[in-house]
Amino acid sequence: MENRNIPFNKFYKLFNILSLSLILVSLLLLIFKGLNYGVDFKGGTLIEIRSLDKTLNISDLRKSFNNLNLGDVTVKRFGNDNDYVVKFEKKQSIEENFIENIKIELKKDIGNIFEFRRVESVGPKVSAELLKSGVIAIALSLGAMLIYIWIRFEWQFSIGAIIALFHDIIITLGFFSLLNFEINLSIVAAVLTIVGYSMNDTVVIFDRVRENLKKFSDIKIYEITNISINETLSRTIITSITTLLALVSIFIFGGAILKGFSFAMILGVIIGTYSSIYIANPILVRLDVSQKTILKEEEK
Amino acid sequence: MLYFSKLKIISVIIFTIILSYFSISNFTKFDDSIFNRNINLGLDLQGGSYLLLEIDNSPVIEQKLQNKLIQIKKFLKDKNILYKSLNIVDNKTISFEVDNQFIDSTVSLFKDKDSEINPYYEKFKTNQFDLLLSDNKIELSYSKYGLVQLKSSSQNQAIEIVRRRVDEIGTNEPNILKRGSDRIVVELPGLDNPDRIKTLLGKTANLTFRFVTQNEEESFGTEKLSFQDGTDDLIISKRIILSGDNLVDAQPRMDSQANQTVVSFTLDRVGAKKFAKATSSGVGKRLAIILDGKIISAPNIVEPIIGGSGQITGDFTFQSATDLALLLRSGALPAPMKIIEERTVGPDLGQDSINAGILSLIIGFVLVILFMLGKYKIFGLIANITLISNLLLLIGVLTLFEATLTLPGIAGIILTVGMAVDANVLIYERIKEEIKNEKNKILAFDSGYLKSRSTILDANITTLIAAVILFVLGSGPVKGFALTLGVGILTTLFSVYFIARLMTALYVIKNKDKEKLI
Repeated sequence: MENRNIPFNKFYKLFNILSLSLILVSLLLLIFKGLNYGVDFKGGTLIEIRSLDKTLNISDLRKSFNNLNLGDVTVKRFGNDNDYVVKFEKKQSIEENFIENIKIELKKDIGNIFEFRRVESVGPKVSAELLKSGVIAIALSLGAMLIYIWIRFEWQFSIGAIIALFHDIIITLGFFSLLNFEINLSIVAAVLTIVGYSMNDTVVIFDRVRENLKKFSDIKIYEITNISINETLSRTIITSITTLLALVSIFIFGGAILKGFSFAMILGVIIGTYSSIYIANPILVRLDVSQKTILKEEEK
Repeated sequence: MLYFSKLKIISVIIFTIILSYFSISNFTKFDDSIFNRNINLGLDLQGGSYLLLEIDNSPVIEQKLQNKLIQIKKFLKDKNILYKSLNIVDNKTISFEVDNQFIDSTVSLFKDKDSEINPYYEKFKTNQFDLLLSDNKIELSYSKYGLVQLKSSSQNQAIEIVRRRVDEIGTNEPNILKRGSDRIVVELPGLDNPDRIKTLLGKTANLTFRFVTQNEEESFGTEKLSFQDGTDDLIISKRIILSGDNLVDAQPRMDSQANQTVVSFTLDRVGAKKFAKATSSGVGKRLAIILDGKIISAPNIVEPIIGGSGQITGDFTFQSATDLALLLRSGALPAPMKIIEERTVGPDLGQDSINAGILSLIIGFVLVILFMLGKYKIFGLIANITLISNLLLLIGVLTLFEATLTLPGIAGIILTVGMAVDANVLIYERIKEEIKNEKNKILAFDSGYLKSRSTILDANITTLIAAVILFVLGSGPVKGFALTLGVGILTTLFSVYFIARLMTALYVIKNKDKEKLI
């Protein structure tokens, strides 16, 4: 493991092309297919029910719900075999006892075998506000990161880090769109954490690039980035592994509610680690960063 | 970086022990009151119901504008100002016209700081109403702060009524808070079926007693109202004999004669007088009892009711009579409210979430610990002890501030476990590099710590920024995630720079002559 020298820089071009095409595909997906917003952002109602009868047929359940005139209903298995999540855009206002009615109807239709485990009902005004505050939160954190690295690094580095961040967010969202992944409040939290993590990873390599630029005046940035990536590589790998160990543990054992959140984070950590190497660094090369860039800044 | 003064060592140890003590106190029962703090469990973990209510202020505005209109009418008459076409436009503007000679004086009467008719708020530097003059037409509409004032007063009234209604039902430690200018949050821990509370909170409970009338030209005006069950409607006078404000008590009761459930009520002195007078003069008439614009019942007045108490009949079940009595006792809301968000988690699911959260925490923790031990041996052990004390510190801080732990909050703790080793990894990798060029092990460790410091700070600050923003802007459970993540970063920095560094220093100084130290 010691003294390794993997020629990451040989593949800058190849992976940049790959990333560009992924971004393009993601943007197309986001524009034409869009995101699958959950109840938090679209409004409507989500009910999680547990059937005490394990032989219950999901299509029977679906039929019963369709008879209730709740608009567009989706019924899905959730975690265990006998847990279901039912979602619908409810037309009536929340205060009418519609949950009570559903309970009565289900009892009549299928039998008294249901336990209502969770109800989430979000009115249209609230969902619009939640979406807005989610977008503001992500935009603000991007802005705050920008300001932080603007203060901390030279502008070339800032541009590299920010492009890497946008790369991560766009591709992560593209994956969500492709997989028809449900976007709810916890996904906003996941995206923000990804932003933090990706930035963290980029900053570690950039710190090393700066240090090496100061040390070697005669080595080109193309080589400097490669040396720095290699020097920090074992840290990059170890931290990714421990973070992924924690996340996979949440994904597998943390219950159905945290599945989406941990999946988003796993995806984000992988993309973030990749972008720190293959997006942030090639941009330094493109911007022709040299020892002068840093010394100039320090003279100021 | 490897030198520690005795004082520092002792303070680190004491600090860690105190926080660990708080942390452990969650799981055992200590008898002292100062130290017996607990982390609160969020509704998603202990089960319960979260309701967000929105007050619809438009009827209040309508009512206030009506009152203002009457005041203005009187005011202009008193000041001998001739006016015409005084009316309310679009339910938000009072408009009237005055002759040219009166324009200036009228405008100043309404715009002065000491205006009697249009109060001036010193705090906001604005009057209650904004005045708009076009030709000789004057338009008054609520100023921004006039509206704020109005909303906040109706919110204050509403939260009081909500509190009374929730208390009457007797749920476990409800949490009722204002949100924004026209919303109220109701959190009901342990309640897994909020249907009854939702029904009760959705009712304005505006009760009036008014005569049924045949002649449509009554001086107060009339309106057509229907019965609750929608079967029939009656013409009702707009004159209010008695309203819910005059009630001092209401109870459900079984009327043994008629063998039906009724709601009996007791009136205050003013109400009793009014009621006696009206029922004496109105023998033979029908008196309608109206709740939120719907007729409950309209019995004939057989004899004057002078004792200050009476009963409401209707098609009640015992439950609906109990609910009506409760609503009448707790009073009417100033304006109708709507439930715009509901989140309810059953206690079973909450417990399942706690179990799953703890299981994944333990497994994630064990995996990380094994990995670090395999990778760094003795220094892995140090990193692991740091990780355990980090976890104790994190839970200790959350306990100290009695923070609320949610399911995403648990995810934040697990994530902290995964990311917390990063700082130690950065340091160890740096030391490995330094050792290659530096024979003196102590110096190599020292410079490894020094050279990795700014990177570690940078890396943690970026995550901290994300956590702080999420905490400020996030809602509910997500806030819990931001909290544990943010606090986790701070405890990580502390444990890495004090606890781990202390252990590393002690070990390295003892073993500085070992060939392969790390």
